[in-house]
Amino acid sequence: MDIGFLAQYVLSGVMLGVVYAMVAVGFTLYFGVLDVINFSHGDVLTSGAFVSLATYLGLRAMGIESPAVLLAVMLLAGLGAMALLGVLVAKFFVLPLRHAPPFITLLITLMVGVALRESIRLFYPSGSNPQSFPAVLPNTPYHWGHLIVRLDTIILIVTGLAVIALVNLFINRTRAGLAIRAVAQDGETAKIMGINFEWVVLLAFALGSALAALAGVMNGLYYNEINFGTGLMLGIIGFCAAVVGGLGNIYGAILGGFLFALLQTIVVVATPSLTAYKDVFAFGVIILLMVVKPTGLIGEASSERV
Amino acid sequence: MLSSDKLPLSESTPAPSSARAPGPLPAIVGVVAIAVFATILLRVHGQWALLTLGVVAAIALVVAVRTGATSRFEGAFAAHEGLMNGVAIAACLAVIAVLAKEDFSLLIVSTVLLYCTACMGLTVQLGYCGVLNFAGAAFFGAGAYTAAVLGAHTALPHLLVLLAGGCIAGLLGSVLLLPVLRTRGHYAALITVAFGIMFRSFLEVNNTLGGPQGLMVPGMTIFGWSLNKGLVIGGVTLSFYFNYALVTLALAIAVYVVTRRLERSWVGMHFDAVRIDELAASTFGLNVQALKIGAFVIGNVFIGMAGAVFAMMTGFISPTDFDFSTSLVLIAIIMLGGIGNVWGILPAAAFVLILPEKLQAIQEYRFLLYSAAVILVLLFRPEGLFPRRLRRYFPSRGGG
Repeated sequence: MDIGFLAQYVLSGVMLGVVYAMVAVGFTLYFGVLDVINFSHGDVLTSGAFVSLATYLGLRAMGIESPAVLLAVMLLAGLGAMALLGVLVAKFFVLPLRHAPPFITLLITLMVGVALRESIRLFYPSGSNPQSFPAVLPNTPYHWGHLIVRLDTIILIVTGLAVIALVNLFINRTRAGLAIRAVAQDGETAKIMGINFEWVVLLAFALGSALAALAGVMNGLYYNEINFGTGLMLGIIGFCAAVVGGLGNIYGAILGGFLFALLQTIVVVATPSLTAYKDVFAFGVIILLMVVKPTGLIGEASSERV
Repeated sequence: MLSSDKLPLSESTPAPSSARAPGPLPAIVGVVAIAVFATILLRVHGQWALLTLGVVAAIALVVAVRTGATSRFEGAFAAHEGLMNGVAIAACLAVIAVLAKEDFSLLIVSTVLLYCTACMGLTVQLGYCGVLNFAGAAFFGAGAYTAAVLGAHTALPHLLVLLAGGCIAGLLGSVLLLPVLRTRGHYAALITVAFGIMFRSFLEVNNTLGGPQGLMVPGMTIFGWSLNKGLVIGGVTLSFYFNYALVTLALAIAVYVVTRRLERSWVGMHFDAVRIDELAASTFGLNVQALKIGAFVIGNVFIGMAGAVFAMMTGFISPTDFDFSTSLVLIAIIMLGGIGNVWGILPAAAFVLILPEKLQAIQEYRFLLYSAAVILVLLFRPEGLFPRRLRRYFPSRGGG
């Protein structure tokens, strides 16, 4: 194996890891503030990508050609719409069932996800077919030996890493982030301390959903294609990543995201003939990891042992 | 067993209006009415006829609830459960007999019965013991693929193939035992979700099992009687699905009997204890792990057996039959029926499976409609349409 090829795999692995980590951060945010799993997350990601795509097509139809403007408006529309969607999901489906068993919340968000996915499939023009996603980023290829890197890949990876770092800063360094952490630690006490509980929950859902939309757009830009089922797999992988890392822990989510990408990449690099089995292998290892660390790699210790 | 809009549970306390041991008549009338309705529903075609039928059913239901007919029905059903089980089976047989020549209707009836069987498996797991299983389709698929492989490559009698389908599903589930026991809540949900996805992608890429193209499955033969040949009775050739409808009904009855016995025994009571409070159950000396293992394996065996018959009935299976959305449909059925309520499964399964088949206009929209229906039920009636009643610990009768 030539070092150039290896670097190629590493790059695509990092790209996957960034997207997975961004999805996983959303899961972990929701779990942190409300102890719920929001299974519609993956389909929010798809919806974000589709809103951006529709915006792009609309702008092109209006005659706007500048890639910078296109990208900015696309992102603004996609992220904004999904932040709003996240707030709506929280307000109408998650918060009303706060005191119901967790299974109920899991199920209702799962069904909200199905509804979103099916709506895209049925109501987006020819939505059941894959849609080509525009390459708005400059894609000049650079060659180093066998390694070929497109500029857009580098931009995407850097953006993803920067966004993850920013979210981390937001959670750990700002007043709003402090409120989120307080609610995550103890919702009741946070309320007593004068934190607007509902506002914090909605903020967390808006933030997580906007992140998902961004991940969806990045995924679309990277593969130049999206379809109505894109988010299903990404959502499940993001969920796995968040859980393996330890729910509620933002570093755990990032770790889990990159771990999952690493597992998939290992299969592709080490056993090229078994490439098709990369998901089987990755999910299998995740299940094994859960046996060893039942509450995740950076999880809280389970005290409920008898 | 087909039919039933407001079927009760044996452990329910009779409604106040019928406190003095009601006669079985209201329940019999109810079952007959529902069977007639189901038959008409399955026979009519055309959007307008269906719409009329829907309106009639809705009005009848409202009138029945207002006049207290439903509570009398429930009370009578609960008081005479042994008799009513027989009546329900007879009604079911009658529906199948009336439809004996119609391939499509019988296929739907058989599919409904198979989904009921699988959902009883899920009920044992989630409804009784509280073990989450989001990989129902995977165990259903395990049974189906077992039937395909054994049917094509061995001369094993097909009743044994059916059992083997259940056993393989149970064994496959055993792989998950350790992770499921070690984890709780969301973490346990992840395990089964991941497993379901893993199973599906394994089938897609494994060429020995047909890959994405799937496998052909030989039809079922029981004691030399090939089910794929329509019976000829009095010069009339019946649909071969008639045979499958009988077999699926027999399977559903067998699984129903086991499920109910389980629920009523001390095992069922221990399951309840584990579901309601694991910690408390273990402090009272229950072996929580063994109970969870038991529920999980038994449930998977039921699901696998249903899958095996499904494969032999449809004659062809592919990975898309067993993807995540199938698992969700199974969960949606037990959720709509009321988690833990065995009798609720039948109307829920009938609703979820028959409606899209009959209304071709909404066929395309069926997943959207399922999700909307489940969301509404969860928001406004989180315990399901027909919630499980509290267990009656000291039944006045010996139990039927």
